[in-house]
Amino acid sequence: MQKKLILDTHLLNITVNRLCQQLIENHGNFEDTAIIGLQPKGIYLAEMIHDKLEKDTGTKIDLGYLDTTFFRDDFRRRDTPVKANATKVPFIIENKNVVLIDDVLYTGRSVRAAMDAMIAFGRPKKVELLVLVNRKYSRQLPIEPDYIGKDVNTMDFQKVLVELEAQGFKDNKIWLINKESK
Amino acid sequence: MSQLSQKHLLGIKDITREDIELIFETARSFKEVINRPIKKVPSLRDITIANVFFENSTRTRLSFELAEKRLSADVINFSSSSSSVKKGETLLDTVNNILAMKVDMVVMRHSSPGAPHFLAKHIDANIVNAGDGTHEHPTQALLDTYSIMEKHGSVEGLKVAIIGDILHSRVAISNIFALQKLGAEVMVCGPNTLLPKYIGSLGVKVELDVRKALQWCDVANVLRIQLERQQIKYFPSLREYSLYYGVNKRMLDELDKEITIMHPGPINRGVELNSDVADSEHSIILEQVQNGVAVRMAVLYLLAGGKA
Repeated sequence: MQKKLILDTHLLNITVNRLCQQLIENHGNFEDTAIIGLQPKGIYLAEMIHDKLEKDTGTKIDLGYLDTTFFRDDFRRRDTPVKANATKVPFIIENKNVVLIDDVLYTGRSVRAAMDAMIAFGRPKKVELLVLVNRKYSRQLPIEPDYIGKDVNTMDFQKVLVELEAQGFKDNKIWLINKESK
Repeated sequence: MSQLSQKHLLGIKDITREDIELIFETARSFKEVINRPIKKVPSLRDITIANVFFENSTRTRLSFELAEKRLSADVINFSSSSSSVKKGETLLDTVNNILAMKVDMVVMRHSSPGAPHFLAKHIDANIVNAGDGTHEHPTQALLDTYSIMEKHGSVEGLKVAIIGDILHSRVAISNIFALQKLGAEVMVCGPNTLLPKYIGSLGVKVELDVRKALQWCDVANVLRIQLERQQIKYFPSLREYSLYYGVNKRMLDELDKEITIMHPGPINRGVELNSDVADSEHSIILEQVQNGVAVRMAVLYLLAGGKA
């Protein structure tokens, strides 16, 4: 069975707690900071981190969802178009510190698209990237995360599978699987 | 599914309910995009679209052009009045010449029913029908039903009356197909001379009294009297038509409910629709125009999406 558990609920909680502490160290009371989760899966992690940060700091923090579908560079290079999701950025990001949050960082192309999509809402002062799982040695673009939940060495035929309670799964489980086996 | 079942959008008759729902879902995302400070996305960056209009149009053509530009496509425009069609070139030759310049999609309006179907058989590019004679006008029906859905939450179970010149209307035919596919009840209303003979076979109710139609429906889609297509007299005078079939504020006030008024434009004010209705809070005519851009963006995006 080519399926390896990378994170479970217990480990995920520890990891999210650590990521929140790192964010607090750098952003203080989050006065000028907004959190943006990338559709479709990054939004669950963004919500998790956002809720925890609001509880820990006792302040209201801006949270948005960004869909990058129309900004992808693989349009017409896949068999079917990617389905669009909702974008909801109900605040101005002009001159703010933006923390982009995604579940897995692989080639870096989604993050490139996200940065393009984000510019439609203003010019942020600074943009940082937080990912739960960082697949090392697989980047196709010069993009690196600022906050990392877990580093994983992976091969091309492998895939990181994220199952979160917020998506309707029974437990939080993050797997490393071989693409052939489901 | 994230792909349409068809390579072209020739008519609503050819597509499925799932296709319509996918177009609506995508249009919702594009509506959010066109209300942003920066309204443009780079999706169709390397795609060239030819707008080929053999028949006059303001709204549809502007709407398509805007949709194409908001998707970052390259756009070329062609209208028959200023072209070699006047010198006797055939439709297929004209379009093949345009395609020889490496065009990926063709948006076409033509006065002959079936013209886009004919093209689809002979050329490779994706074709979007922007109205073919008295046959179909699919994007108009999509934006009409999208606007109804936005206003009422769902189209399923709603009663929609289409009032006016049904005989010459491609908007009516496409709307009937779209509404029925989405589960609405449809009624057509107009003078006998402006109802096509076969209309009963489409499974719609037929009503001759406009007051009864308004009382029955939740949404009234009032169509334009297409004088340019009427070679013979179908009614004695415009004044008489407006007296019997024109929708005005007094008629709406007499109803015991509120109904939504739509019109695909251009309006003959004072003929099929009075200004006191067209500009009232019942009317969603300008929402239809705004949704037109989002719906057309969705159609172009989804058709272009397959592997190049």
